[in-house]
Amino acid sequence: MTGSQIFVQGLINEGVDRVFGYAGATICSLMDEMMKVEDTIRYTLVRQEQNAGHMASGYARVTGKTGVCMVTSGPGATNLITGIATAYMDSIPMVAVTGQVPTNLIGRDIFQEVDILGAVTPFIKHSYLVKDARELPNIVKEAFYIASTGRPGPVLIDFPQNIQDQEVKDPVFPDTVHIRGYNPSIKGNGRQLTHVIHAISEAKKPVICAGGGVFLAHAEEELKSFAHEMNIPVVTTMMGLSLLDTDDPLNMGMIGKFGNRSANKAMVKADLLIMIGMRVADRAIMEPNEVKRRLTTIHIDVDSAEIGKNMEANIPLVGDAGIILNKLSEQCTAPDTTEWRAFLKDYRTEELGRDFPEHPHVSPQRFMRKLGRHLEEGTAVCVDVGQNQLWACQHLYMHGIRFLTSGGLGTMGYGLPCGIGVKIAQPERKTVVINGDGSFQMSMNELAVVRANKLDLKIIIIRNHVLGLVHQSQVRAPFHGAYGVDLEGDPDFEALIASYGIPSTVLEDDDKTDEALEAFLNSEGPQVLIVNVDPMCSTTE
Amino acid sequence: MKQTISVIVENRAGVLSKITSLFSKRAFNIESLAVGVTDDPTLSRITIIVDSGNSVVEQVEKQLNKLVDVVKVRVLNEHSIIGRELLLIKVNATVTTRPDIMTICEICGAKIADITANTLTIELSAESDKVASFEEMMRPFGIMETARTGMIALQKGAAKI
Repeated sequence: MTGSQIFVQGLINEGVDRVFGYAGATICSLMDEMMKVEDTIRYTLVRQEQNAGHMASGYARVTGKTGVCMVTSGPGATNLITGIATAYMDSIPMVAVTGQVPTNLIGRDIFQEVDILGAVTPFIKHSYLVKDARELPNIVKEAFYIASTGRPGPVLIDFPQNIQDQEVKDPVFPDTVHIRGYNPSIKGNGRQLTHVIHAISEAKKPVICAGGGVFLAHAEEELKSFAHEMNIPVVTTMMGLSLLDTDDPLNMGMIGKFGNRSANKAMVKADLLIMIGMRVADRAIMEPNEVKRRLTTIHIDVDSAEIGKNMEANIPLVGDAGIILNKLSEQCTAPDTTEWRAFLKDYRTEELGRDFPEHPHVSPQRFMRKLGRHLEEGTAVCVDVGQNQLWACQHLYMHGIRFLTSGGLGTMGYGLPCGIGVKIAQPERKTVVINGDGSFQMSMNELAVVRANKLDLKIIIIRNHVLGLVHQSQVRAPFHGAYGVDLEGDPDFEALIASYGIPSTVLEDDDKTDEALEAFLNSEGPQVLIVNVDPMCSTTE
Repeated sequence: MKQTISVIVENRAGVLSKITSLFSKRAFNIESLAVGVTDDPTLSRITIIVDSGNSVVEQVEKQLNKLVDVVKVRVLNEHSIIGRELLLIKVNATVTTRPDIMTICEICGAKIADITANTLTIELSAESDKVASFEEMMRPFGIMETARTGMIALQKGAAKI
């Protein structure tokens, strides 16, 4: 077998059924083999390599499987860097494959050569340069194992051209992996667990803070049942949004700088904070020292390095969220939280019932509330970065949906390719993309993929003609006004979108929102809804 | 406070850069670093000295542990290690100064590695502070050049990482 054949066989052995990529000179041999298995592995040509990473991310997040992207060397590889960094920050299981120049020419700066391994080292879980095709069966097996276990993350395989053609006689595909430097600890230390159980039983005002790690551990149900059995209110980080429905009586909303008041209130008034699968990121917990001083903290994470990195925890517990939540459900006695919940209920009711200032055009906050009511259960909502994201985080009514966004790196242009990845993974799943008019233009070239694959994707563009989130910072002290954020020169979106054969409509008034959403969401095939919003509308209203 | 971190890693190309990248990513300064293969040729030992607080070192240890190519990490207790540096030093040595230099060498346990009519090249393997003081003793004679390895270290007694 050739290196390419071994590699593709390795992908099939790992159950890969989708690959997102961009062909190029150094992966011609690999693409030749991909062509032969097109019935088993569906290949999607993206329009810019970064989006291959985001599509693989969308795929991975809804299937729970490892996303795969495959690009050529040099500029193909460097374009993919942001996709890799985005996946790294959100701990998305991903295997990225880059073509590389032949091994005997590496280091000579030949055409389309770049040291991609060196470039991505600071933000990748692990990486391989294949120097001998005989190592490939092991490398592929290990790459998928490392990407998907412990704290998931991206793994790079840099695959030189000549190794793709190297002949190997009778390659042996391993069934198991043994890596002596990699043994994620998932079960949870017994003694620490006892401390956790004790702290929970003693607490008067406990609050659970759940992050994206709960999704990554596939522990959504475990979290829900634990919270309900113990009657403990829940706040989430941005990455933990949609773990609980908006009107779940225990759900207090999203914490942080751009979070819900009810959630931040719960954090301030609690006496015990149970953090699960979150990393105390700066926008979620702005003053870790203050939290540490005031509350008893339990930090449960599969990555021991996250515990104590941004905030020391009173009770650290390393392990898989699902396994630990199951153990806690079995062994904890529910504290009496009746008074505590009653106290918080008013804040939540106020938060969900409050209205927003009037501005010309559509109120984005009211729009998000209404949008959620129209979404079917199971819908994936793929949200970009900026004001559109924060409005969605704060106000989208969530009921049985899956909320996906780039929370860690905050990569503009993530929403559309993420939605495409979801739709290609699960064509039956209803999928909505929310963009701003700035972020949309970072990946609108991928409308070609929507068209080519006839994806029934519903795309919303919140249009205010500025880079809104930056605009809203710039117009306040200590800055002196908006600069460099006017999206002057924007295309005629409707004409542009129409040129991809995709119909679009514009929403101008709040009154027409329900009607417009009804038509938009029930339309056949891809559809764009442009929502006009006043540039002075802020996410802090 | 200076602390010694001993790291056992896969003996593969690129591993050292993954380790140093981890330090540069967090803007941690490395005081000294020494790498060599172990008795098992598939493993290397990296000895890193950092001058940082305990919480920083604890975080470094955890981050090192996360690297797939890192097999073991241990922050060594400064009171229970045997640490050595190797110094090669070339000094001006005439017929008149040579005996003085050789006396100092004898006191410090240094060896003459090479000799010419006007120079002596001396090797010394010792703890870092002894290496430093030996270098000071040589300064009046005129140091032409020196090469110093980073410190390597093992734990005292039967303990191993």
